[in-house]
Amino acid sequence: MSSDVAQMDGGPPPVRTRILSEADSKALLAAFGVPFPPEHQATNAATAVAAADALGYPVVVKLNGERIAHKTERGLVQLGLGDPEAVRRAADQLLAAATPDDGDVSLLIAPMLRANRELIAGLSHDPQFGMTVMVGIGGILAEAVADVAVRLVPIERVDAEDMLDELTFQRLLGEFRGEPAMDRDAVVDVLIALSCAAEAHTELVSADLNPVLLVDGAPVAVDALVEVMGEPAR
Amino acid sequence: MRPTPEHFLALFEPRGVVVAGASGHPGKFGFVALHNIRACGYQGAVFATNREGTEVLGEPTLHSVDDVPDGAADLVFVCTPASANPDLLRAAAAKGIRAAFIASAGYGEAGVEGRRRQDELVSLADDLDMLVVGPNGQGVISTPASLCAQIVAPYPPRGRIGIVSQSGNFVSSFMNYAIASGVGVSRAASAGNAAQVGVADFLEFYAADPETDVALAYVEGVPDGRRFFERLRRVTEDIPVVLVKGGATSGGARAAASHTGSLATDDRVFDGMCRQAGATRVNTIEEAYEVAATFATQPLPRGGRVAVVSTAGGWGVVTADAIARTTLDLFELPGDLLAALDEKLPPRWSRNNPIDMAGGETKDTIPEVLSIVARHDDVDAVVFLGMGIQSNQGRLEREGPFYPDHGLDRIVAFHDRQDRRYTTTAAALADELSKPILIATELAVTSPDNAAVRGTIEAGKYCYPSSNRAVTTLDLLWRHARWRDRRGL
Repeated sequence: MSSDVAQMDGGPPPVRTRILSEADSKALLAAFGVPFPPEHQATNAATAVAAADALGYPVVVKLNGERIAHKTERGLVQLGLGDPEAVRRAADQLLAAATPDDGDVSLLIAPMLRANRELIAGLSHDPQFGMTVMVGIGGILAEAVADVAVRLVPIERVDAEDMLDELTFQRLLGEFRGEPAMDRDAVVDVLIALSCAAEAHTELVSADLNPVLLVDGAPVAVDALVEVMGEPAR
Repeated sequence: MRPTPEHFLALFEPRGVVVAGASGHPGKFGFVALHNIRACGYQGAVFATNREGTEVLGEPTLHSVDDVPDGAADLVFVCTPASANPDLLRAAAAKGIRAAFIASAGYGEAGVEGRRRQDELVSLADDLDMLVVGPNGQGVISTPASLCAQIVAPYPPRGRIGIVSQSGNFVSSFMNYAIASGVGVSRAASAGNAAQVGVADFLEFYAADPETDVALAYVEGVPDGRRFFERLRRVTEDIPVVLVKGGATSGGARAAASHTGSLATDDRVFDGMCRQAGATRVNTIEEAYEVAATFATQPLPRGGRVAVVSTAGGWGVVTADAIARTTLDLFELPGDLLAALDEKLPPRWSRNNPIDMAGGETKDTIPEVLSIVARHDDVDAVVFLGMGIQSNQGRLEREGPFYPDHGLDRIVAFHDRQDRRYTTTAAALADELSKPILIATELAVTSPDNAAVRGTIEAGKYCYPSSNRAVTTLDLLWRHARWRDRRGL
């Protein structure tokens, strides 16, 4: 998938961008300390089952590829798979659902994490102020609720702390439904990691960590989508 | 060109001013500018040029800037047509003039030709080492120099707020609030098209200006966002900056591949930029002046614990509600403070925060209680309510048919004295203890000559028209204090 950052209106040619696969997006950001669950890649049902056996059940299986952006909308994520047979079936279905447009694909197998709360965090390039980092309340209502805080890259820890204080729904960040309070330091680490990634990778145009689950209060990003300058994958 | 403090001093504290293009017609800007400079008490030399050499305001004019004595003026206020201005600036520079305010239109706002003319103006000014403010601006104010070089009203009282605006009309709005509130202005400039110098240049001057404690800016757009942020961030280390942005919601949704991109709208990025830089962004012109006036007249709180002190009534209750909507803390009164207040107050007092004094006891109760509360170590700030009630009754009595008989003259004077005493005591305590004490009463708007309102203003403080607004403003002060504190500033 690609998008045109600048408008096509007879002005300068638009900046071409491309997205990285989920696995590559995660590898890029993990290098800066963004916490992801342990994850395995597989190319067929048999290796997917072997990976799930190694991780322990239940697991999540997702289709992974450089041209797959909105997996959930396309049904390319299968959650809560409790045994080898479920993993085998899911793997076959996902590989069959891939279209020629998706290019090279693989399967991602990850442990099924449970959390009542989600954050969204990411990077985005602002035409006036340059690269920005964002954190907000996540989940399916994230864009409607729009409880977010934004800062310009680079940020310091104190900026990240201010960002968390700025969110309106503080009650979601404290003790909640039997879960401990959000580990603020660990979430600050995530934001610092994003800021550092943006500084180190000047080709970066945007990044989404959506969602960042708060698993017993600790942030774990279970999906990542990184957009960089360059020609789309063929 | 990067303007220096000397350039800004030529603008704000000139030895003399030349009005170029002075007019004998009272409807022309060239008349109004000269009128305002001469009417507001400027002590330096004032020259006016007019091609016909006609008298203006009973004084002769010069034929051109060439006739101004060398070194007699530092500032030229330009009302001449754009086409005449390059020669004018050259002549002014030859006379030692270091700053020009250009009110003339016909520049960047006037199409391709105007933009070309504006670019030429800037490069000429750079060559001449001259500060050029505008063009297409309304003027400049400097109260330490009693300088009112502008084509609009009003002229504000002297104070500590430095203003810069990308809209000249909002300079007027801010100065109207200065007059109404009594909290004055040090400098003000309408940046006009901001051709050579813009908002950030003025903010940097204000940060270094000994006459200015707070900067107040109205912006619509910033040309180089990243650079603006870096400059703003440095300014806020020295002085608080209050910022209001026009066109905040006009940015359309942008095409974004990411959820982050669609959530990080123009306005949220601008807002985050302000918070990161330590600037206090507000949404309205009215609030902007109120917050700037508070920074100018109250110390920063050391913490968020607020005591609400009220003479009586429901004010305390709604103020508690307002505090609950902020990051401020309506803390519980500690035992030693309760005991100290029990000694001063009638048994029916609230024994809680808000502190409802239930009408008080003696003529000294209110200032004594305020002092005890404000001095307590657990108290970081006070919102002081219910001032002016007695003198408001006094006003009704003074204006009624029985005054001054039946002892009315004495009681009316007593109430006025008391309300003045309460409010001046509050101001003195705030200064002595370095804790904000905010007085709120609707009388600030409904009866601005009320003794409590006058007492507050004459003690140099801002009188808030509602406790809600006092609380909102105090919350912004606390946020700024926290921002500084977290960064070791």
